[in-house]
Amino acid sequence: MKVLVPVKRVIDYNVKVRVKADGSGVDLANVKMSMNPFDEIAVEEAIRLKEKGAASEVVAVSIGVKQAQETLRTALAMGADRAILITAADDVHTDIEPLAVAKLLKAVVDEEQPQMVVMGKQAIDNDMNATGQMLGALLGWGQATFASEVNIDGDKAVVTREVDGGLQTISVALPAIVTTDLRLNEPRYASLPNIMKAKKKPLDEKTPEDYGVDISPRLEVVKTEEPAERQAGEIVGSVDELVAKLKDAGAV
Amino acid sequence: MAVLLLAEVTDGALALDATAKAVSAAQALGDVTVLCAGAAAADAGAEAATIAGVAKVLVAEDASLSHRLAEPTADLIVSLAGDYSHIVAPATTDAKNVMPRVAALLDVMVISDATAVVDGDTFERPVYAGNAIQTVKSSDAKKVVTFRTSTFEAAGTGGSAAVETVSVGASAGLSDWVEDAKAESDRPELTSAGIVVSGGRGVGSEDDFALISALADKLGAAVGASRAAVDSGFAPNDWQVGQTGKVVAPELYIAVGISGAIQHLAGMKDSKIIVAINKDEEAPIFQVADFGLVADLFDAVPELTEKL
Repeated sequence: MKVLVPVKRVIDYNVKVRVKADGSGVDLANVKMSMNPFDEIAVEEAIRLKEKGAASEVVAVSIGVKQAQETLRTALAMGADRAILITAADDVHTDIEPLAVAKLLKAVVDEEQPQMVVMGKQAIDNDMNATGQMLGALLGWGQATFASEVNIDGDKAVVTREVDGGLQTISVALPAIVTTDLRLNEPRYASLPNIMKAKKKPLDEKTPEDYGVDISPRLEVVKTEEPAERQAGEIVGSVDELVAKLKDAGAV
Repeated sequence: MAVLLLAEVTDGALALDATAKAVSAAQALGDVTVLCAGAAAADAGAEAATIAGVAKVLVAEDASLSHRLAEPTADLIVSLAGDYSHIVAPATTDAKNVMPRVAALLDVMVISDATAVVDGDTFERPVYAGNAIQTVKSSDAKKVVTFRTSTFEAAGTGGSAAVETVSVGASAGLSDWVEDAKAESDRPELTSAGIVVSGGRGVGSEDDFALISALADKLGAAVGASRAAVDSGFAPNDWQVGQTGKVVAPELYIAVGISGAIQHLAGMKDSKIIVAINKDEEAPIFQVADFGLVADLFDAVPELTEKL
């Protein structure tokens, strides 16, 4: 079974997000970028499926600026076998919309014929939580989103999902889309020898034109603003004072 | 303009609060038709008809629609989509599973987690875990939108909308439900709790997290944790509040032994009242706290638990 893992290059989760003063977006120039944390979990899960013998090959794919090559090298260093980079933007500030990404991924799936696509449930930049579900729709495949456990059982995947108020387990016919939630696994760190080896693994470079996919956006970002600033309050001197303040505020 | 709103129906029961909040968000967009889908959905439909501002209720009942599996639910919505300019839902995990699939089947973008309606094409939504608010304008013929319920007041009741039954097409059978496991805890669910008590690395151990739990139980609160506490093995991953965990906005958030890393703040800074207890007076958490207490948590938390 071949597994395809889409990964996105995003601002590192530990970096403070700065909104540009002109309202045109978030400043991403000279900011530390990393693999989207949910996608890291997806790469780890695919590698574990391979280590268990359930998967034969893990192919990582990224869509974005050419620097996403670094993100793919990380996936390769973790254990993916090869990678595909679709360069779809020149400016690091250009975000390719989930619908366009799903269309490109569909084209890659048509070519690669994986039995499963494992991907993060959302990217921590646009927070859309949409690409996996959209890819499922375009392919006519079943989807198991927000996964916290994945088991392959013959021609099905049995997936436990994180839903409001608890867990839901479903069985989805392969080929299928799985999107990952936090509890699925803890991604490994790439070792230095594996980072060196990853440099020699194959990485194909493509463009949206190669696949004949129109990636023009459907949503115009009118403006991007800072959320309402939160003012620091007061320091209280004792637990008694804290209790009194909370009672005054009607909080308890 | 007309709006089709997917109601939150679980095991035949309407989640009135989430649905009514989405109704109030959707009213600005046009006449609201509420769709209740499930193996049994008539009772949910009758209740949805009482939400003020609902023009019509559609009830779709079929075994394939039980458990809100994404594929048959999305196919149902697409079969009804022709009459509507907007297809919306409260941003629950069920709707987030279904609505992007609906959008792709209609070849339109989805607008997830909208927090404000500017006009029929334009919506505000948080990005970067709420560190920025983006205003987006859609050029699509139909808009597919989920609404973040915590930012809208629930519509009232007292309405009496007409209820119609709609037919359901054959299911492609791509997935099957196996089981549900409700959260075992008696505590409220983290993302919808009115009060959240969270512990950080300063709590020091898994055993000492009992201090956090005791305070939470005294307040009827949910328990949360920072990523540092989760990474240190003090708390399970599903308690994690932050950019890579859950985003919460309770009435009261009590952060104990949490320094206030950016990625944690992103997950809780929309809370109405924030209390921070930390022995380091320089901790960044105090910059967002309404009430800060510089103290050793091992003294302060038991005392607070006793006195509340």
